[in-house]
Amino acid sequence: MSVPVVDIQAMGKVYSKGTPAEVVALRNIDLRIERGEFLAIMGPSGSGKSTLMNLIGCLDTPSTGRYLCDGVDVATLDAAQRARLRLTRIGFVFQGFHLLTRMSALENVMLPLAYAGVPRAQRKERAARVLADVGLGERSAHRPSELSGGQQQRVAIARALINRPPIVLADEPTGALDSKTGHEILSLFKRLQIAGHTIILITHDAHVADKADRVVHIQDGSIVESLAA
Amino acid sequence: MNANTESAAGPWPTAEVFKRVGFGDILAMAMFALRGNLMRSVLTALGVIIGIAAVIVMVSVGQGTQAELDRTISNLGSNRIEVFGGSGGRGGVRGGAGSISTLTDGDIAAIRNEISEIQYVAGQVRGGTQVVNAEQNWSTQWIGIQPDHFATNGWQVDRGSVFGERDYSGGAKVLLIGTTVADKLFGNSDPVGASVRVGRVPFVVAGVLKSKGQSGWGGDADDIIMLPLETARRRLSGSMNMAPGTVQSISVGTARAEDLPAAERQLNELLRQRHKIQPGAEDDFTVRNLTEIVSARSQTTRLMSLLLGAVATISLIVGGIGIMNIMLVSVTERIREIGLRMAVGAGPREIQLQFLAEAMLISLGGGAIGIALGIGGTVVTSRFIALPVELNVQVIGLATAFAVATGLFFGYYPARKASRLDPIEALRQQ
Repeated sequence: MSVPVVDIQAMGKVYSKGTPAEVVALRNIDLRIERGEFLAIMGPSGSGKSTLMNLIGCLDTPSTGRYLCDGVDVATLDAAQRARLRLTRIGFVFQGFHLLTRMSALENVMLPLAYAGVPRAQRKERAARVLADVGLGERSAHRPSELSGGQQQRVAIARALINRPPIVLADEPTGALDSKTGHEILSLFKRLQIAGHTIILITHDAHVADKADRVVHIQDGSIVESLAA
Repeated sequence: MNANTESAAGPWPTAEVFKRVGFGDILAMAMFALRGNLMRSVLTALGVIIGIAAVIVMVSVGQGTQAELDRTISNLGSNRIEVFGGSGGRGGVRGGAGSISTLTDGDIAAIRNEISEIQYVAGQVRGGTQVVNAEQNWSTQWIGIQPDHFATNGWQVDRGSVFGERDYSGGAKVLLIGTTVADKLFGNSDPVGASVRVGRVPFVVAGVLKSKGQSGWGGDADDIIMLPLETARRRLSGSMNMAPGTVQSISVGTARAEDLPAAERQLNELLRQRHKIQPGAEDDFTVRNLTEIVSARSQTTRLMSLLLGAVATISLIVGGIGIMNIMLVSVTERIREIGLRMAVGAGPREIQLQFLAEAMLISLGGGAIGIALGIGGTVVTSRFIALPVELNVQVIGLATAFAVATGLFFGYYPARKASRLDPIEALRQQ
């Protein structure tokens, strides 16, 4: 268990390199995240935290430096291999939930299992168990439009957990929720951490970041401080 | 750790083996997407439905017409040239080919002896008459023939026997009758050996000709009686003002189709020479290469099939473009869904397969409906437009192949476009 789930060494990201529109989004980032951590990445908009999230989530590849995601060097992978890596290592939770509207809560949670080639018979049972774990056991047949914002986010969290990824990556998960519901969602993350999950939270809200064990502040593409809470 | 004992929400690591998405799942996803916009899916399939139905009707009619043409050709007898007395030229008032008896027995013998390419030669005299069997009578065509007539004109005897050597030389009063004549005069009883009157002359029916059905020119080929040429001259052609030893027409046949042009050329030369026609003067005979006429008709049919095929192909292309258009719209509309699927682990291959499966389902579903409509259309065509049709399994196989090809070809680009989306951009779309 000595391998960190996220191991970033001198990583940089440059968009439109060599053109007049060149943007340096990240520079010289060093970050190690150990298994079971609850970490918040904080920064104002335009600070590069979204870029950092996309890189940690294997949606993008670094321009310079190295990123080992659970020991795998992401820079060496093509789009298909990164998709496999996301499938097995990353669970995404988005600010806007990103549920498929025509599917029930249960079907939304089952979605990644199809791509993982889990036998059809097992999917329903597994998805129902995870939905129950996030406190939505009896609403599994409802469509997203019939659920509250907090309930929708719980469905999204269940979907992120369904393939048991080492990393749960949450991008402003409480941004679209009122403060009471947001608080409940944060408590759920805390509970997941206690159950052994690694939680990475991206936010601009200091109150949200307070719930994490460690906060990484990012500004103008660089980490300015990394504090244990 | 074991997946069965641990909570599904439990922490990593897991010993779980990750496999590829199954083909059934891809199909289920595609089906789900199409059902979500059922009306649009059906309308999109309409182009393929019409295209496939058109292909089936076109091929069925084309094959039917070709089959009928093949029958006509075999009825005509193969590799055959027909020579008629009288000019085929222009100007003045003249009778049609065959109306003047300029062809003689001498011509027939000369053709047989001097043109090596020609294998069969048979002269004919013909006319119309009344045939009577007891109370039944029937007006029909008679034709006086020589032995090679069966080879050149493709006739066979079904029941009874052909004329013997002595029937030809001795002017025997024997007949071969076509099935229509047999039917009209004898009904169900056996005509072979029966006695009939042709005009006032009693004849014995030697046999019944094998049916040819419709003649090359649309008439009833079986409404005919045949008798030896000599007999016809003595007994039936008296009223026709024919010079002795002449025939109205000569059929010649070559062994091989390639010999026809040479045979035709030599035939012209020989007859001009024998009839003492000066250079530059008009022929007093007409040569028709029947195989050429038939092959010209065959080419017309082929051209028509080709045109119909082009129409069907165009409608399939239009249908395919419809699919491509809707799939491109669908990719744009569902860009967030694509981004989400990519984020949860779908790779370019999985996205591409899903959208390709959607296009394939549209074109295959359209193909199935089109096949049903095409079969119906073919039946209607044969019943109400009286075109010959031939519906077979190959046609349906061809239609299915077309449907699959359309889906694959026109679904590929949108599916590829979807698979190449950047998940970050796709997730950001509103």
